[in-house]
Amino acid sequence: MNSLTLPSYLQQSEHVAARFKKLKEREAILEVQGLYKIFESSQGDITALKDINFKTHRREFVCVIGPSGCGKSTLIRILAGLESPTQGQVLLDGKPKSEPGPDRGMVFQGYTLFPWLTIKKNVMFGLQMKGMANVDAESEAMQWVDLVGLSKFAESYPHQLSGGMKQRVAIARALANQPRILLMDEPFGALDPQTRLKMQTNLLEIWRNIDITVLFITHDLDEAIFLADRILVLKANPGEVEELIEVSVPRPRSPEQLLSPEFLATKKRLEELIHPEGEEGDEGFQLIRMTNIGDDVE
Amino acid sequence: MKEKTPWFTVRKALSPIRAHSLTVLSFLLPLFIWSVVSYVPFIWHPKVEVVEQGGVEWFQKGMLIDREIFLTEVEKTVATNTEAPIGNRVNPVYLPAPHEVATAFYTAFTTEPKRRSEQWLHESLLHSMSVIFWGFLLSSIIGVPLGILCGTFAAVSKLQEPFIEFFRYLPAPAFGALAVAILGIHDGPKIAIIFIGTFFQQVLIVANTTRKLDVSLLEAGLTLGASKAKLLLRIVIPGIIPDLYRDLRILLGWAWTYLIVAELIGTSSGITWFITQQARYKNFDNVFAAIIMIGIIGMMIDLILAKIGQHIFPWESSKNKG
Repeated sequence: MNSLTLPSYLQQSEHVAARFKKLKEREAILEVQGLYKIFESSQGDITALKDINFKTHRREFVCVIGPSGCGKSTLIRILAGLESPTQGQVLLDGKPKSEPGPDRGMVFQGYTLFPWLTIKKNVMFGLQMKGMANVDAESEAMQWVDLVGLSKFAESYPHQLSGGMKQRVAIARALANQPRILLMDEPFGALDPQTRLKMQTNLLEIWRNIDITVLFITHDLDEAIFLADRILVLKANPGEVEELIEVSVPRPRSPEQLLSPEFLATKKRLEELIHPEGEEGDEGFQLIRMTNIGDDVE
Repeated sequence: MKEKTPWFTVRKALSPIRAHSLTVLSFLLPLFIWSVVSYVPFIWHPKVEVVEQGGVEWFQKGMLIDREIFLTEVEKTVATNTEAPIGNRVNPVYLPAPHEVATAFYTAFTTEPKRRSEQWLHESLLHSMSVIFWGFLLSSIIGVPLGILCGTFAAVSKLQEPFIEFFRYLPAPAFGALAVAILGIHDGPKIAIIFIGTFFQQVLIVANTTRKLDVSLLEAGLTLGASKAKLLLRIVIPGIIPDLYRDLRILLGWAWTYLIVAELIGTSSGITWFITQQARYKNFDNVFAAIIMIGIIGMMIDLILAKIGQHIFPWESSKNKG
């Protein structure tokens, strides 16, 4: 990455710049205003999130990235209504939200399919909660199962599926409710790299074809750049917004772009933000030579 | 193919052949020890059964005498030059040999009751099972829902569990006299003892099982628009039901252990009546047969419930199969 002369991560092609202009003209779906989360403990208060402000536009794909302990998961849980903020508010379509609801679909990091329900019935769950008749819910659910390419497994139970398939069902289950925004909390974190890349491509495909806004949490830089329109970089202790980066990599995205100059420039910037040089407590190892002289590997 | 794996490997499953042979052995081993004590004379056999009275006047044929007393009597006859008694070494009457108990398994069922008012063995057994059934059913009807509520809502838990935690230390039989005073001398107090013995443990165990349900399943339900009632009915209950079923199987086993005490309360009834009656007649083979029967019935019920469990929870059983 160092020998290559990279363009600035801020430099956008005409096409990309036009796309961002169009995006920003769209209405805001989710708006976060002055969000604070303070955990009280016996050793004193811990500020997990400090003055978070941002908004997402309709059909935008936003990734949130940051070092571990920066409060990414706390943030998304507050957005979903599973935790309440100490201060500040979350607006969905301009209305404040404090309780969880089907208007904000969530895909969790762990597998949260209901093990006692078949794939089809898992996807039907939200529709039934809305009071939809079983027949309608079933045909509707099958469309979503089809969309994630798992119609063959409609009658299987979650334990019969691989990790990637389970998360595809989780996505279908959240989308079946037709939420305004899809919240994803490191959904592919437990998958192997090949499956993960496939899932990312699938997700972009789904996102392109339906009217959905996505907020996606990850700690993987490549994943964030590959998926996002904008990346919200959080800083740890306290969790604060460090920068909101517009990704200059053009769409449609493909895995070949992982080595394109725009991609690498953005990645370099993220590296600088997340692993700043001379970081505290990073003094390296004190190594003692434990091999024979002449037995060198280099 | 014929790789020799050690018998003792930490947390590794045994081959099916080994596992099955050990299962059989776990029953054969106690049976073997019992047989050795019963059939090998010099192991224990502290008594002597008189065969020939000889010169000892107070001996009678078939009498069981302590071995030491028998020997001193023999010495006496030698000293007085009278005919020596003859006897065989035997075990005390309360330890019948395996084959005697095995026969008793059959004869206990075919022995007519001594009095008209008394019950046949199968009637006694059925009566015992019905006492357990009603005690356990009544306990579960109240205990399971209460346990689920305790495990779901902190308010219910804090209101109920501290008292239940206290009450479960009170031995159920202690309420025997009270139960008789309130419920009469027939099945009422017996069912009450089974109930008291089961209920308090049941609430705490069910509450704990409910608390073990993965919270993220509930959170997923919330983000899918489930209301509080729907969370309970559509997620908590189906989520814990396989574990709940397992808990109830264990609790049913505990209920059996209260049976004998329960049946002694008021008028003795059921299998306990049979056991005490047979012990009074010194038919210890029948006593042993009855005790073993309780074990067999309890175990069979549990095995049947386990088999049923594999079929009603398809998402669980196939997970266990691997």
